[in-house]
Order: sequence, then structure tokens, then C-alpha cells
Amino acid sequence: MRVPGLCFAALALPMALMACANGGNEAPNSASSKASSKPAAKVVAPFASTYKAYPGAVTVIRGATIFDGEGGRIENGVVLLRDGKIAGVAGAITDIDVPADAITVDGAGMFVTPGIIDIHSHLGDYPTPSVAAHDDGNEATSPTTPEVWAEHSVWPQDPGFSRALANGGITSLQVLPGSANLMGGRSVTLKNVYSRTVQGMKFPGAPYGFKMACGENPKRVYGSKGRMPSTRMGNYAVNRQTWIKAQEYKKKRDSGKEFTRDIGMETLAGVLDGDILVHNHCYRADEMAQVLDMAKEFGYKVSTFHHAVESYKIADLLKANDVCSAVWADWWGFKMEAYDAIPENAALLNNAGACTVIHSDDENQIQRLNQEAAKAMADGRRMGMTITEEDAMRWLTINPAKAMGIDKMTGSLKVGKMADVVLWNGNPFSVYSRPAKVWIDGALLYDSADSARRPVSDFELGQPGSGDVK
Amino acid sequence: MKRLFLTACAFAALTAPASAETIAITGGKLIVGDGSDPVDGGIVVIRDGNIISAGSNIAIPAGATVIDAAGKWVTPGIFAGFSRLGLAEVDAVDGTNDKSGGRSGFSAGIDIAPAIDPFRTPIAVNRAAGVTRAVVAPEAGSNMFAGQGAIADLGNDGNAVTKARAFQFVEFGEEGAEKSGGSRSASHLTFRAMLREAQDYAAGRGTFDDLLLRAEDVKALLPVLRGETRLLVHVEAANDMLRIIELRRDFPELKLVFVGASEGWRVAGDIAAAGIPVIASALNDLPASFEQLAATQSNIGRMKNAGVKVAIGMIDDRDAHQLRYSAQYAGNLVSLSRVPRATGLSWNDAFAAITSVPADIMGVGERHGSLKAGRAADVVIWDGDPLELSSAAVSVYIDGILQPLDNRQARLRDRYRTPLEGVLPKAYEK
Repeated sequence: MRVPGLCFAALALPMALMACANGGNEAPNSASSKASSKPAAKVVAPFASTYKAYPGAVTVIRGATIFDGEGGRIENGVVLLRDGKIAGVAGAITDIDVPADAITVDGAGMFVTPGIIDIHSHLGDYPTPSVAAHDDGNEATSPTTPEVWAEHSVWPQDPGFSRALANGGITSLQVLPGSANLMGGRSVTLKNVYSRTVQGMKFPGAPYGFKMACGENPKRVYGSKGRMPSTRMGNYAVNRQTWIKAQEYKKKRDSGKEFTRDIGMETLAGVLDGDILVHNHCYRADEMAQVLDMAKEFGYKVSTFHHAVESYKIADLLKANDVCSAVWADWWGFKMEAYDAIPENAALLNNAGACTVIHSDDENQIQRLNQEAAKAMADGRRMGMTITEEDAMRWLTINPAKAMGIDKMTGSLKVGKMADVVLWNGNPFSVYSRPAKVWIDGALLYDSADSARRPVSDFELGQPGSGDVK
Repeated sequence: MKRLFLTACAFAALTAPASAETIAITGGKLIVGDGSDPVDGGIVVIRDGNIISAGSNIAIPAGATVIDAAGKWVTPGIFAGFSRLGLAEVDAVDGTNDKSGGRSGFSAGIDIAPAIDPFRTPIAVNRAAGVTRAVVAPEAGSNMFAGQGAIADLGNDGNAVTKARAFQFVEFGEEGAEKSGGSRSASHLTFRAMLREAQDYAAGRGTFDDLLLRAEDVKALLPVLRGETRLLVHVEAANDMLRIIELRRDFPELKLVFVGASEGWRVAGDIAAAGIPVIASALNDLPASFEQLAATQSNIGRMKNAGVKVAIGMIDDRDAHQLRYSAQYAGNLVSLSRVPRATGLSWNDAFAAITSVPADIMGVGERHGSLKAGRAADVVIWDGDPLELSSAAVSVYIDGILQPLDNRQARLRDRYRTPLEGVLPKAYEK
């Protein structure tokens, strides 16, 4: 997978430079020459991130077991958070220059991990309460809607964000359009920090993702309306015709001549440029192989197959193509294309050296991604594989960060990265553990011991149970 | 499906029939399942499909086959408090999904028992995860009454039904209102009218209104009216629970059980005073609907502390496939005891909430849900703490019979242990 620096958009869409500049984080841009080869766009970055890190004290966490998110483990370690960044990770306090005024958190018996990242969420675009008025995840009126952006559906008052934070230690998440369409539109990556606006939650400098879907859903939704696609072969035909149009649009755009903007085509051209990352809902192994060939035909890259319950059948192919699989631990049987799901899927992928990510697609399991990883690890161990806890932690941290193009900024406890950190009250691979504290960009935004550090969305304020432990 | 069927038959052929063999499981950490403390080095003696004795200082009968469970945990099998197990192979494939018979026009009369298929994959998969019995309920179709549910076992044999027509299931709250024409007042009226018709029928005044229900539906409500058959009521909101408690004044014989009950903690004192047990969803903590505004994972712990008899169930939560989550859910309630201001369950109570308590609530606690003399020998040996994510069932006995733990998922796993094809296609690896 191409990791396009910190601000993908700068590579191809000059307008998006503003998004990076406004985002509050540094956005190195190493491809200005490429950008300048294209017609200068007159539009400013639309819907730019206005997220600003909240204030955080210099904090040192001592005595905890550290999973660094990249496969490292330190017993009785030290983590220093300063100015919103990871400022030190070490095995001994003497190895770090700790300021005298640092707040010390005693982590004895506890565990520190990077903030957990969910690569597949519908918080905000299918928020709770799950009433019809909130069904904003699928623009199910055309099999290809590359022109829609999930962020325009996100309701920043979804109570689910608070549960994901407090119970799941989720600090970043990708909110995607649904899977009714072959091309569902752009995703948005958020910091899990409540804001009055979606822009105030947008992860600064995160690339956009593009949601695609294989299989049953698109052909069912449109076939039942008496239109194409009604079959899997129809799925591919519609996709390929659309990619041809996107190639033509890109050619026109790059020609230097006048052209009429088309926001759907802009997104598809962004995919062809390699700047917008494809997240493809695809259950069956044979279909993933078809998608990989389609991507080669049109010259784009699939970042991640989502709900890839049959990835274990083609782990070698996925590794060779450098594609991640985002999977559940053990969901199965709810639909035909989920019939061959097995609990060892993640472990088999990991064992083959293919990129493995555990995702939720669910407002409940996003609160327990650590437990889902624990089950997947245990199932692998039972079939004889060696999987360490520190290795399995990558499924929730650096791997999703890479697949979302934010791994230079977050996803592991490395000096200089965002201080997105969870302190767990026990081993996060145990059912008996929960987050004790969660920091996002160094700000303490959840503290189990302090009800003032537990967010309550507007929707829940003044309702029965408002502010409860949940 | 042909292959699946043959595979299931192959398993059955390998299974020994119930025999008079006496088995003693020794040396493990014994969990009786009734909320009592674990017994290290406890012994369980099984004969003729039943528990003969369990505990410490148990004499091992002469000639018994001794199973050494040293270093392992020995528990009653998980009793899934609410499920649709055996009613669907693939939820979204209609031909395999027998949860609802709504289009038939029948309601309370529907008997789910013949639809519970012991050869369906979810039975084998959940058996391998230590689930041995389940409450199996139909889904509501033509009106708020879903029909008669059953208690089932997950044994590898041709008959899953332990107790047919074990309860009637009815939807109240938002779902009940929707099934009744669009309002809660309509669902209360429907409920009263149908029970009154059943009373009339029983009293020989038998001109039941066939617009509301058919004779088979009326007949099924008679034992409910008499309190002989439990009435499981799906209800989530605090107000809906209070109104149902009131409604029972007019039908005092009803033996009610609440299912779901996300806001139960708000009216826990009333539920306890009414003596209504609850099969609750363990981890609902979102306002998924307006009837669940106050949902919290502390719900079960708070209800229990208020004196409510409460078990864990999984209504509408992957309830045809993932009953193996029961142990994980119970473990999560234990984790709450270490979260400030939250209310969880002790380990002993959490394990009871997925074994003896649901069995007691369903009226079969004398036969199921715990390792006590006289109970059916549903025994699971685990390689560790059964509530912990790293643990697995290593041996499962149902009615004293050692069960196969193989299943379709395990076969797929083994076939693709290495994904590359060998000298022949994967289809030749069996």
C-alpha cells in the first residue's frame, strides 16, 4: 500500500492543501511538483478539519506493561506524554527526561497501548437511536455514488462515540458509507472527540477513503428495483464502465484544458491518483481475487478488504498484493456470503504474513475490539500458531493506521506521534479489563475514576440515565 | 447441504448411545453453577445420563471410568437464556430461516419445536463452545404473540427438543405496538382481547373472534391464562414494564418473565416486588431505540442487587448463531466490578446467570443448569476459566454423552491451514 505522507490530498488535489494547513497538525507535502502539473483548482478545501487538540498536562505513566502497537512489549515501562505527543517510551524512568512538573500516573498492574483504531464504523452515519430519520449511511438510489461523502451524514451527537471511547479505548475511527452501492462514496476519518461540528472531529491530514462493495448487497438492492446490477457479473460490469469514465475524466483534468468539474469523478480520479484509499467490502475469496484484477486493469490500489471473512483462503494472494483484510473475530452465518467465515481467519492471515486488522462495523463491538482480537488470537493459538499479545495488538493499532494512511501520525507509541493512549486496568486481552484512562493528543478525555471526564452527547443530556457509567 | 447432512450422520454413527457406564470426572476446578464458590479438586459422578453426585469428598464408585481433569475447569454446560438456535442456518436465506411464521396468519398457536433442527451448523458450532441447552423462541409475525417456544439441547442426535411448548412469547414495547397496529394502547388492547377470548373459549362461550385469532391460537393461550405455561414478554422501557405489572392485576395467574429489559434497573424494585424474573440483555448500553434510553451494562447487576432473579439472554443479538458469546458477556459483567460507579456481578453470580439461573427461571432448574444430583449430565470441561476469552471447551457431555466437537468451521480451518493448493485442488482435501 502506498503511504502518501501525511497529507495525501496535497498530492493530487491542490484544494486539499487547505485542509491540511487548517488541520492543526503538520502536513508535510512532498509532491508539490506533481500538484503544480495540474490545473490550479480555484476552490478552497471544502469541509476542512477544524479539530484542535484539547489541552493536556505533561504526564508520565509508570510501572505498566506497554504494548507499543508495532509488536513491541515493555514490562514495567514508562510512557511520557508532552505537548500532545508521545515524548518518551522506555523500560526505565532514568531513560527518559521527565519534567519535574509532570503528572505521574501509577500504572502498576496495568497496561498501556496506543489508542484503539476502528477502520470500519458507522457511528455518526447510522447513529443511535436507530430510527428511520437517522438512516444516513446508504445513498441507495444509484449503484455508483462516488459523489457522496460520509462526513455529510455524520451526526456528531451520536451517543456511540462516548461508548467507543469509555469502553473500547477508541481514539480514531473511519466512518464509511454503507454497502448498498458498488461505489458508496468517500469515508471520513475522525478523532473520537465530541465536537459541535463534524469538521471539529475530522482527523487532520488523514487521507480520504473510498467505499466500494462486492457481492450480495449491491445486486440485491438494485436487482430488486429491476435495474442493473442484479448479478455479480453485473456488479463488475457497472464498476468497469465507471472506471473507464473516471480514466477519461482524469485525462481531461490532467490535460491542462478547461473541463467541467464532477465531484463523483473527482473522487474516482483521486483513487486513480493513489491519494484516496480504497476500502472494499468483500466477503468471498473468489470475489476479492476478481477485484484485485479489476484494480490492476484500471491502475488503482485496494488498501483493505472489509468483512473479508474468506481471506484465509487466499492469504498468500493478499500478502503478495499487499492488501489488508479487516475482519471480525467470529461473525458468521448471517448471510450467504458469510457462510464460510471461521474464527481462525485473522490468525491464519497473520500467520501468512498478510496485513490483519480487526474491525467492528458495529456500535456494540466497537466497544470490545480488544476482546475480539483476544478471541482471534486464542483461536489461532489453539490451532498451533505462535501469536504473541504484542503482535495481536497490531491488529487494532498500527495495521489499521497504515490501512487508513495515518500511521505516521498515530497507531503506535513512538516518540513524536500523537499521544493517543489507553491505560487499561488489566491485560487488554482479558475479558476482565477495561480502559482506566484514555488520552487523545495528550488530553485526558476519559477517566473511569472521574465522572467529569466522561462525555455525554447532546442527545443523552437530561434523559434518563444521563451521565451514567453505561 | 447434502455434504453437511452426510457429515452429521457420520458424527452420529460415532456417538455412543446413553449407557449405564459410570463416569467420574476428577481433579478439576468444579463449578456447581448455582452461584456457590468453586471447589478445587471436585468430583462429578455421572451415570445413565444424570449427575449422581458432585462436590468434594465424593466417593468414586467402583468400576467408574475416571476422567482426569486436573488443571481444568469442570462446569455445567451453558444454558442460553434466550435464543433462536436451530431455527436458522443462514439468517438471510429464507428457506433456512424458520424463526417467524407470520405469513401463516397463526400467532400464539405456532409451536417452534418441529423447526428446531439439530443438524444445523449453529448447533454444532455452539456445542463446541460449551453451550448445551437453550431457550428457543419464535419471532413474532402476524401479531404481538410469537407462539410457543421450547427448551432444546445441543446434543449430536436427531432430537433437540427437551421440552416443547415450554413457554409463550409475546412482544410488547415498540415491536409489540408495531405488530398491533401502531401504538402501545393497541397492543394492550390486543393482549387483553386475545386473553379474554381464550377465557371465553375455556368457559364454553366459544364464539371467538376469528379476526383476532384462530382456534389453535386460542388453545395455546389457555395454559398461559392458567399460569401453567410461562409467558415471556419482550419489553425494554421502564414504563412498559410498569404497565405490564399493572396489567397482570387483571390476569393474576400469568407467570410472567421479562426478556430484554434494558431499562429494568430504573424500576428494579417494582420488578422484584412483582416477583417477575428477567432474562436480560447483558451489554446493551446504547439508546438503540427510545425504549432503551437508560440502557447500561450495570443493568443486570443493579437488578440483582434489588432482588430480581436475573439471567443473561441474547434476544435479537445474533441469537441464531452466536450463543457462544454468553460466556464473554458474563465475563464482561464481572469486569464491571472493577469500574468505578458501575455495578457488575461476582464471578460466581455471572456464571450462574448463564447456567442455573436461566434454567430456574424457565422452571427446569431441577433438571438443568447445575451440577447437582438428579440433574441431566450436561458437563463441560474447559482448559481455563470459562468466562475468559482465551479459554475453550475441551470436552462436552450432554445427557451424559460425550459429544463430538467437530463442525463445518473446523473443517474449513483445517483445509486452509496452508492456503496454497497442493497436487490436487483444495476440493480433494477432506
